[in-house]
Amino acid sequence: MEFLFYFGDVFSPFNFMLLLIGTIGGLILGATPGLSPTMAVALLIPFTFKLDPTQGLILLGAAYTSTVAGGAVSAILLKIPGAPANIATTLDGHTMAKNGQGARALQLSFISSAIGGVFGVLLLIFLTPVLAEWALAFGPSHLFWLAILGVTVIGSLDSSSVVKGLLSGCIGLWLATIGFDDVMGAQRFIFHSSVSGGINIIPALIGLFAIPQVITMFAKGRHQHDAEVLKVEKSPIMDSIREVFRRSRALTIGTLTGSFIGLIPGVGGQIAGLVAYDQARKASREQKKFGTGHSEGVIAAESANNAMVGPSLVPLLTLSIPGSPTAAVLLGGLLIHGIFPGSDLFENYPDVAWTFINSMLIGQILMCIFGLYVAGLAARVAQVPNAVMAAVVLALAVFGSYSVQTSMGDVYIMAALGTGMYFLERFGFSAAPLVLGLILGPIAEANFVQGAMIANATSSMGSYFFTGTLNLTLIGIVVASIAYSIWMELRQRRYLSKEDTLEREEQIT
Amino acid sequence: MTNLPRTQHIVASGLVAAVGVWVAWLSFTGEPARAFLFPRIISVAFVALALWTFGKALLGKTKVGPGLSRTATLNILPGIVVMLIYVFWAAPTLGFYTASTIAFFILLSLYDPAPHGASRTWVKRVLITAGFLAVMYGLFALLLGVFTPREVLF
Repeated sequence: MEFLFYFGDVFSPFNFMLLLIGTIGGLILGATPGLSPTMAVALLIPFTFKLDPTQGLILLGAAYTSTVAGGAVSAILLKIPGAPANIATTLDGHTMAKNGQGARALQLSFISSAIGGVFGVLLLIFLTPVLAEWALAFGPSHLFWLAILGVTVIGSLDSSSVVKGLLSGCIGLWLATIGFDDVMGAQRFIFHSSVSGGINIIPALIGLFAIPQVITMFAKGRHQHDAEVLKVEKSPIMDSIREVFRRSRALTIGTLTGSFIGLIPGVGGQIAGLVAYDQARKASREQKKFGTGHSEGVIAAESANNAMVGPSLVPLLTLSIPGSPTAAVLLGGLLIHGIFPGSDLFENYPDVAWTFINSMLIGQILMCIFGLYVAGLAARVAQVPNAVMAAVVLALAVFGSYSVQTSMGDVYIMAALGTGMYFLERFGFSAAPLVLGLILGPIAEANFVQGAMIANATSSMGSYFFTGTLNLTLIGIVVASIAYSIWMELRQRRYLSKEDTLEREEQIT
Repeated sequence: MTNLPRTQHIVASGLVAAVGVWVAWLSFTGEPARAFLFPRIISVAFVALALWTFGKALLGKTKVGPGLSRTATLNILPGIVVMLIYVFWAAPTLGFYTASTIAFFILLSLYDPAPHGASRTWVKRVLITAGFLAVMYGLFALLLGVFTPREVLF
């Protein structure tokens, strides 16, 4: 119950103000099609440089939580999911809005998001210390395998093709080795002066997530959103609260499905929403009503995609393995403040860790309260033309990358990686494993080198890295995740990848 | 799964394979050997996976990735050119704010669906550009205190 001790810190005036800014800003950003939660959080990182780690994380955590929920606004009122996580919400939410129940759909969406989100954060609160304690037993070989596991799990589960996912991970691991070697001081792969100090994570994250989105907006050409914002009539909030609890089966399925999926590294929110929607439909007594503006569809989808947020941070905060691309961006936010997640985080920085987690709990409630008020404004923002969005995001990416170290080299790296990633994505490669490779590469290498030294002094490399229960378990999970993904790919029943999601999103639009 | 132009996939995976081979060559010839131990392990996996992907592309068995359509290529080309000139030349030469203003205005004009003939459209674009740059100046120069390159202009 250590988290209760730090609860008051969330309510200090400045922290609470940041929580409000993150929540309201996130709701608006989330409603904007093309601004994914990952990209929104990546673009926000430069604004946290002047804040202390706790304040920076509060801002980023609030933005993460509310961008996921904010995507429901445009999904319901415009039939354009603000983020891939909200695709399932369009199916019933927009139909409800067309039937004159827009306000009710929004209320159901935010209430179920908050309930799912609170459950997810509670899981984070109670699972994290247990796992963090367990992580203390990890030695260099285990940490090496954990880093490899982080890359391979996301590489195999998050991509349309297992081979291309793993190849993206390898590219990321290679990019992480550019610069000077820590132990010998040798120069490695320095082909341009911009990369002589290695590739800084923040500009790389901004480039890899923001620039492909900018170019995707270019690809649409001079296209006008012709979606009409549906009017929102007033609806009594108490009726919606009662409705959510009356549909407890859909709420439970959504919350549990989202929480479980969030715990699996590499499986994103879009999957949580769609899987929960599908399961709620199968378990419902009113199956035929799904897709016709049925409240259970909205409740299941929205509770799932927010329930996923908390658990997706469990592997990050305990084992320093980001469970999702957004968690990887949050890891970048921690690293720039010199804080390394894992068991040390709760030992050395309990105030940072618990205030951040507590703020996410409060953020869920604020998101529910403000979501209903901000919905109208957010829907208007969602109609901003692609041309404006592309130019805004590009300028933010350039300024944000430059401000990390006031270096033009970082801006070049951001632009080069982002442009390259756009083309790679067109050919089935994925940004998430590449980012994970880039972030986990130094962890993997440092522990590999340390492990090699221990092995040379005590036993052989083979016995140090390939024996012991924990090593074998981690290797087993790496192999199993790849084998499972190959099996799913062969059966063509893989989880919905980012590309499939975008394709489906385009169809819905 | 999409049916894709085979040539595009061959070129894309061929480029990735070439980078993989280059990384492997540098890793196995780089000295001191201990500094390149980890890159060597990665490069082996990199080359193996890249060659597998390239082989599949050559055989026409690539199943994922929508590729680039002619329309999309024509749409993105002017935007990418503006972006690259902005980042690699204009920002460090003219100054961040001048370059950003010009790039923002050009991109807005290129991709804005509003008719180019109407004078109202141009006034709107100028106002949006000015407003946005004022916000950027407020955020980065005044709030965050980031000193951006001023160069010949601002």
